[in-house]
Amino acid sequence: MTTLTPAPAPPHMPDLPPSPDVRPMMPVMRPGGRAALDSDVAPKLGMRRVNVYYGTKRAVRDVDLAIPPNAVTAFIGPSGCGKSTILRCFNRMNDLIPSARVEGEVLFNGDDIGAKDVQPVAVRQRIGLVFQKPNPFPMSIYENVAYGPRRHGVKSRAAIDEVVEKSLKRAAIWDEVKDDFRRKSGLALSGGQQQRLCIARTLATDPEVILMDEPCSALDPIATLKIEALINELRSTVTIVIVTHNMQQASRVSDRTAFFTMGDDRAGYLVEVGPTLQIFTNPGEQLTEDYVSGRFG
Amino acid sequence: MTAMRRAILVDRIATGILWGIGIFVVAILLAIIGHFLLAAIGTLSPSFLFGEPSDTEVGGIGPLIWNSVYILVLTLLITVPLGTLGGIYMAEYAGEGRITNIIRFSQELISSVPSIVVGMFGLALFVNLTHWSFTALGGALALAVFNLPLMSRLAEQAIRAVPEDERAASLALGSTKWQTIVHVVLPIAIPGLVTGVILTAGRIFGEAAALLFTAGVSTPTHYEFGNLNLTDPRSPWSPFHTATTLSVYIWKLNSDALGSFVQQVANASAAVLILMVLIFNLGARGLGRLLQRRVTGA
Repeated sequence: MTTLTPAPAPPHMPDLPPSPDVRPMMPVMRPGGRAALDSDVAPKLGMRRVNVYYGTKRAVRDVDLAIPPNAVTAFIGPSGCGKSTILRCFNRMNDLIPSARVEGEVLFNGDDIGAKDVQPVAVRQRIGLVFQKPNPFPMSIYENVAYGPRRHGVKSRAAIDEVVEKSLKRAAIWDEVKDDFRRKSGLALSGGQQQRLCIARTLATDPEVILMDEPCSALDPIATLKIEALINELRSTVTIVIVTHNMQQASRVSDRTAFFTMGDDRAGYLVEVGPTLQIFTNPGEQLTEDYVSGRFG
Repeated sequence: MTAMRRAILVDRIATGILWGIGIFVVAILLAIIGHFLLAAIGTLSPSFLFGEPSDTEVGGIGPLIWNSVYILVLTLLITVPLGTLGGIYMAEYAGEGRITNIIRFSQELISSVPSIVVGMFGLALFVNLTHWSFTALGGALALAVFNLPLMSRLAEQAIRAVPEDERAASLALGSTKWQTIVHVVLPIAIPGLVTGVILTAGRIFGEAAALLFTAGVSTPTHYEFGNLNLTDPRSPWSPFHTATTLSVYIWKLNSDALGSFVQQVANASAAVLILMVLIFNLGARGLGRLLQRRVTGA
């Protein structure tokens, strides 16, 4: 079995080879920011010529992508362009769909995590996923957060107490639940609180990457802003990839934006990826320009 | 009449019919319970509940209650774990295909085999072939034969009813499929599993035909509860003791016993049987809720 590269010291990975679908990187837009994929920073996640099929139908075509560490990357594009499918390649969630097949290389710290001999469980312990609809377990808030560490073999009560409190604090929900988080069910929280609980639950497994699949689409505007503030807090320590339908959200929270659309063959593909400011103000492709200006999609 | 008024009228009629059916069902239940409780007044007493049966006067039904509970527990010990595992397999691992279809077909067939036939099968296998003679264990095994498919079917349904979101959430946190089943799916499925246990238990309490030739019909003699030797057929604790249950006793009383007191005993026994089923149902639900609270911490 191929073991994944240990977390603390990721090896330097050479830049991805240029691909016909990816335009050259534009210059850094924000000085000192994380907007650019600097040549001396190894990408956290990447894809090389990834195709995804459902049965015989191709759903995603030839995606080449590099995602920098400790930054927020947004995936935008019209419905059905394969954003979620692409996102779920990064933690092998497509394995759960019997007809789905992923071709090409899906890279995490330079390792191909899509390979047959890589255990999906090992990938998912380091790359978390937050779902569109908040889905806390019907357990106490405490047990929700303790779930991951417990399954990964943490036994000591003190250690679990500590990780639960720390995770609830990191997910900015501690103050709201600190009085009754041991007794109160996760389902008794509001939608926005449930989603922050789900983020806390993911944080408790200490992931290097958190994938978010339209995490705010079921939430009201105030709850949405709280999630966005939380993403802003987490960006310095965790690599975040967020799929969103909401372009304002992408522009508010992300350092880089990838725009996907659907081709004539109904397969989704990557149009371009770059610093968010550039994608929204000076995109390299007409398709992107049409989409972000609201003329299409 | 306008379309809207018509729709409202139809709605009222439908509501009325559904209410009627609901009230009818509850009324039947109350009638059954009421009939036997009224008939049992005067007979129901501690000495009836705990005493020993007699062929010549109103005796007790203590040993028969003991046997009913004993066989119930023994059967559930076999059916619940195996049935739940079967349900897990069918819901989580089997998928669709030829083998799954064959299993499902067999399940339905065994469930619908007349219980008297299961009793004869039990006689051949658990009485004669094993040389155990009539035993509680033989009865429990015969009951397990046709309750296992039911339990496994109900467990499968309970497990399938667990939302896919919950499984995905657990898997996305890096747990294995088995961890997901044990720590998320089963705890959420507990109410459904409890329903399975209750339906199975109801069939076990009420079953007579399958037990006639397996657990025996002889009227029990004195039970020595002090005898804890599990291999001694004379010990009531032993799975090898002859075990006439309350249902079988009622059948026996109504079919061949003589004397004016017999109807009295049969009615009171029926009342006790109904109360036992009722108590078991409520107890199982309460226990299920408690268990769910324990495993989910909420």
